[in-house]
Amino acid sequence: MPLLTVTNLRTSFHTRHGVVRAVDGVGFALERGETLGLVGESGSGKSVTCLSLLGLLPSPPARIEAGSAMFDGVDLLRCAPRELRAIRGRRISMIFQDPMTSLNPYLRVSEQLIEPLLIHEKISRPDALARGLAMLEAVGINDAARRLHQHPHQFSGGMRQRVMIAMALITRPELLIADEPTTALDVTVQAQILELIKKMQRELGMAVIFVTHDLGVVAGLCDRVQVMYAGRVVETATTHTLFRAPLHPYTRALQRSIPGLQPKGGDLHTIPGLPPDLARLPPGCAFAPRCEFATDRCQTETPALREATPGHAHACLRAQAGEI
Amino acid sequence: MSAPILELTDLQTHFPVHSGFFRRRPAGTVKAVDGVTLSLGRGEVLGLVGESGCGKSTLARTILQLVPTTGGTVILEGKNLTTAATAGLRAARRDLQMVFQDPFASLNPRLTVFAALAEPLRVHRVCPAGDVPARVAELMTLVGLSPAAAQKYPHEFSGGQRQRIAIARALALRPKVIIADEPVSALDVSIQAQILNLLASLVRSMGLSLVFIAHDLAVVKHISDRIAVMYLGKIVELGPAAAVIEHPLHPYTRALVSAIPVPDPDTERTRQRLVLPGDPPSPINPPPGCAFHPRCPFVQEKCKLAIPPLTPADVSREVACVRLGEI
Repeated sequence: MPLLTVTNLRTSFHTRHGVVRAVDGVGFALERGETLGLVGESGSGKSVTCLSLLGLLPSPPARIEAGSAMFDGVDLLRCAPRELRAIRGRRISMIFQDPMTSLNPYLRVSEQLIEPLLIHEKISRPDALARGLAMLEAVGINDAARRLHQHPHQFSGGMRQRVMIAMALITRPELLIADEPTTALDVTVQAQILELIKKMQRELGMAVIFVTHDLGVVAGLCDRVQVMYAGRVVETATTHTLFRAPLHPYTRALQRSIPGLQPKGGDLHTIPGLPPDLARLPPGCAFAPRCEFATDRCQTETPALREATPGHAHACLRAQAGEI
Repeated sequence: MSAPILELTDLQTHFPVHSGFFRRRPAGTVKAVDGVTLSLGRGEVLGLVGESGCGKSTLARTILQLVPTTGGTVILEGKNLTTAATAGLRAARRDLQMVFQDPFASLNPRLTVFAALAEPLRVHRVCPAGDVPARVAELMTLVGLSPAAAQKYPHEFSGGQRQRIAIARALALRPKVIIADEPVSALDVSIQAQILNLLASLVRSMGLSLVFIAHDLAVVKHISDRIAVMYLGKIVELGPAAAVIEHPLHPYTRALVSAIPVPDPDTERTRQRLVLPGDPPSPINPPPGCAFHPRCPFVQEKCKLAIPPLTPADVSREVACVRLGEI
């Protein structure tokens, strides 16, 4: 049985400018120890998907309209707040993009690091501090005994992200949700943090949902990938299949627009136009206005996510009909 | 290659740092740019890469004389900008324009696109007042925007479109050199490709020279003829773009190249990666000798003694590493 099964998740924001359908029918299953990549551009619904699962979206304006998220027999979207609090921060942890704003600048790192232990495991302070120290060492912070009692501003960006990871993993969670954890970091530091996440995952055997817009990071880290566009999953496959045999035109175009694979001089492949306004989604396929293969049918009929081969599903009418 | 259009010689930008309650006690100097010598050929694209805090952006601002220089010279077509008077500098800036990273912050939210593009034309009196609307329309077409949108405000545009406006504004005075400081970092992949193609085609069609600053090596390699790698205020490697990325010589360049994730699962999982320990050191108290030595996997005693100068490695490459021939 999968650790987490999300079905037909729909989250919208009710704003003055209309209803924004940020996540529209997202579903996936995640096995224990598996790494799932959520890929897409800004506004594609990656982060909202994660925040919906953990009940972290302010309501109003956010509203979870439909769907379920079964985590080990509990529906995260419908369970009592008490029940969710017992899971969140203990069995499911999350790390965020910006380590500068996700640590409390007034509190020593030690206080923030051991807080989940004090809340969830009800152990004594000295025991919690000892585990905090061990955790800081595990994430590769030198001189951890002294560092433990410092404030966040005394840490560099990469070190802060290490502290965030230590905080997320201190309760040995079964699932880690990482929302663009390396986007704000330099490439050399990003490489360190990705190695660290892989190492900790091996040690704890946890599942990871990794949100990113960087296909390169996905290639090295994830077992499976879901590509999102305008709040919907447009393609899902194993990492290998997604890179070797992408079927959805958006996935294909995205791969071709990354510089570095093409020789210099040639123009980069571009996706014309802009991502759609989620409050005014076009009828039919949301990618159709930018798609080089779109036909009249794409403008009117909304494609469903269908399996092409076992484990490889996509939502393109023309590819499903075998036309492209 | 003909005479370079822009030449930097031993350029230095040092900022004093103060501490104490009233920030009066001198506490040292940040050597943001420390002895940079570079030249930019006509029609050339020079990529400038390095991690945050290495001095890339300060170098850009120093070239434009937006921050005071503490040493060295910036020579634009034979004119020394570091000693130029205000009037001379204003004239020089017609030829030297900048595009900034964040198109949300670099455009005045209270000016329409028309006003933003007309302003440089009026200030520098490049055309009769009656020709301004036509010139603005021409600029907007040039960067792929519809002239019909001229009366809109920046907030009505997406990030990619705003960056197009910023580029149009930089092009308004028909400059010879454009310095683009991380122009695509704030944009999504699909939009980034559009802006890169636009810049590349403008360079070709208008004979512009471009200094392209970014931290993304793949992007820099795509657009540049030559690449300069910066670490803690100094250039550590300089050479043709493909050579620097495919056969990096300086250990820091090697580490940077090896840290870029490759969008290919087979390569990404099998290649050897050189993961650097630690963070870039503080530019206030750089380590003695080669500033990279505390993180360098090839460090020896001699690296800690003297600052290695940028020396020719072959006809077109320069590298600042004392162990160049050995590693």
